[in-house]
Amino acid sequence: MPWWLPAGIALALVAAVVGGALTALGLAAPGLDLAGNLGDAYLWRVVRFTLFQATLSTLLSVALAIPVARALARRRFPGRGLLLRLFSLSLVIPTIVAIFGIAAVHGRTGWVNDLSELLGLGRTHYLYGLTGILIGHVFFNMPFIARILLQAVEAVPPETWRVASQYGLRSRDIFRLIEWPAMRTVLPGAAGLVFMLCFTSFAVVLTLGGGPKATTLEVAVYQALRFDFDLGRAVALALVQLGLCGAIVLAVLQLAVPGSMTLTEGRIYERPDRGGRLGRSIDTLAIVVALALVVLPLAAVAVAGFNPKTFEVLIDPRLWRAVGQSLVIALSAGVIALLLGGAVLVSSRILRHRLGRPGAAGRLELCASLILVVPPFVLATGLFVLLRPVADVFALGMPLVILVNALMALPFVVRFLGGPMMEEAQRHDRLCQSLGIGGWNRLRLVEWPNLRRPAALALAVAATLSLGDLGVVALFGSQDFATLPLLLYQAMGGFRMGEAAVVAAVLSLLCLALFLTIEWGLGGLKRRAHV
Amino acid sequence: MSEKLMLQVEGLTFRYEDMEMVFDLTVEQGACLAVLGPSGAGKSTLLSLIAGFDKPLAGRVVIGGADVTEWKPAERPVTSLFQEHNLFAHLNAGENVGLGLDPGLRLDSAHWAAVAEALARVGLEGLEKRRPAQLSGGQRQRVALARSLVRKRPLLLLDEPFSALDPGLRLEMLDLVRQLQRERGLTVVLVSHNPHDALRVAGQSAFLHAGRVLAAGPTRALLEAAGPPELRAFLGPDPL
Repeated sequence: MPWWLPAGIALALVAAVVGGALTALGLAAPGLDLAGNLGDAYLWRVVRFTLFQATLSTLLSVALAIPVARALARRRFPGRGLLLRLFSLSLVIPTIVAIFGIAAVHGRTGWVNDLSELLGLGRTHYLYGLTGILIGHVFFNMPFIARILLQAVEAVPPETWRVASQYGLRSRDIFRLIEWPAMRTVLPGAAGLVFMLCFTSFAVVLTLGGGPKATTLEVAVYQALRFDFDLGRAVALALVQLGLCGAIVLAVLQLAVPGSMTLTEGRIYERPDRGGRLGRSIDTLAIVVALALVVLPLAAVAVAGFNPKTFEVLIDPRLWRAVGQSLVIALSAGVIALLLGGAVLVSSRILRHRLGRPGAAGRLELCASLILVVPPFVLATGLFVLLRPVADVFALGMPLVILVNALMALPFVVRFLGGPMMEEAQRHDRLCQSLGIGGWNRLRLVEWPNLRRPAALALAVAATLSLGDLGVVALFGSQDFATLPLLLYQAMGGFRMGEAAVVAAVLSLLCLALFLTIEWGLGGLKRRAHV
Repeated sequence: MSEKLMLQVEGLTFRYEDMEMVFDLTVEQGACLAVLGPSGAGKSTLLSLIAGFDKPLAGRVVIGGADVTEWKPAERPVTSLFQEHNLFAHLNAGENVGLGLDPGLRLDSAHWAAVAEALARVGLEGLEKRRPAQLSGGQRQRVALARSLVRKRPLLLLDEPFSALDPGLRLEMLDLVRQLQRERGLTVVLVSHNPHDALRVAGQSAFLHAGRVLAAGPTRALLEAAGPPELRAFLGPDPL
């Protein structure tokens, strides 16, 4: 088998889908009033707001993440490990569930307003609009950046801390001379990625944006297709989105994106700046703010799940049909993403370890991540335009959602499985070559025992992301086709908060169950000893 | 003449980053050649080229009279021992040795008996069920040696497999290699940066520097004669 075959097949399939969708957009463009749409003030107002909210969200997330990371790096307190664990959850928790939690804390009938009323201050509207978008984006991205910064600080060698102790460095010297330089190496990449995520954010803006004033490109495409049936506007928006997104991704790729997605170990080295009273107050404040922003909404989801509506919702057949359809989507998308990602990595591994071309291997892996350039709604719009003449697009809802979700999960699979696969080759490739262990023998005797855990993790992440995704399903959803995130969105949109709370709890539990089942079932319960 | 030569390396050329390496050397059947030289001289690259892990730009490798330059690593009549990662961590000692008999680990009772015998020969009798993590560094290299025994390839390539071991243990392992070499008539190429290793086990030595064989000959003569200045710098001021 030639080395390029697995990646060739996988990338050709991806290219066929993406290329088909983009070609359909391009071909449709001339027939539509693009010039009129592109000259429309509405479109450029949306573009401006999209960039504005993404910039502000990124700056806020970074500004909060730095003190939080610092506090976590130098303090040990009860619940620190749990907090770190919750921080790493923020990437896999279904967006719409977190949004429900945020609404339960910050909404008009939420905890903050309850407290405000108790203190005689009355209730206020502050959630929907730019504030809501910022709260949502900070919820997801501040923990992500904080974790990456924490890892960078923890990678500082212990000798450095000993030198700092010996030379009597003060807290601000430590930040300037040790922590900031460590953070600065990873910060641009992390911030770039966050900017990108906020730029293409859909569910947060759809639910918390609160109206046409606070609309981003991604949401505007959805509205143009779903409510206005204005294909011309949708295509114009999608093309602008594609262009901007491509520019952002290319810019982000220039930055070193931090590679590791592992849990931090939570090591704390002896360091001289724990005593100061000011430092202690700042750290306490940072941790309290982190708890309020991240933990309160999660707690709200857990608390609200049990309410008078619980039984009524749990016996509703629509809920269970959505559970079934969600699981089919999650597992299919996860398996497709794993197969595609695995195929790309098989080729890149040969390039890296046998042909001695790590640069080319890196570029090949990058190809799989380039799907990020095409936001899901651009892809969905393209597929919509492509298939509309030949089929009832809404009847194809499920396969289309599976396909788009699988492609979106592909970069995660490459990221989670790439490191372990390369490490496996590093350890075993020459040994296998010299002993003639190849093909099926290698898969059975070497790859499976060593890679089942990371493969299970990659599949678990891909499937869980798909399970909780409120993205293109909002476009293709119908009476007969609704996933749990869509049910939750509809319940929240109808202000049926009791019902929404139950769906949010069911979705959270289902995500957890799916993740653990895959991780333990496929990955094996026992952790095997390694040399 | 060539019947007596086990290994011929002729104009074997390789480029790593900016360094071009060209190797020429021969090893007689049943002999032990030590390849000495400073870090970065190309010692490990030479072994990788002989084993077939790396492809040369030019030149050829002849083993036992056959030109193996285009052969795959598993087809060549050689067995390699690396400095580390010689064993699969998830397989036990017996299974690791068994892979030398069948790369799919489909073994009958005669095979398992051969595995047990090989382990006994390297001093690990009855340790078949141990995993690499439960063995010491020296024991792990013994398991790898046992595997090379059951594999029965005439040329053994040792890429500093004992340099991470304590001095006493290292000498013990070198002696074991020498015994096995005589007992089974193996030809051995040993890469080392330690001239004492060469004096202990290798009749012949070659000195590598910057991708070239600068000097070669009987070990003691090579190390004691006033060779090229690079060799003197490598050996340092103290006499051996």
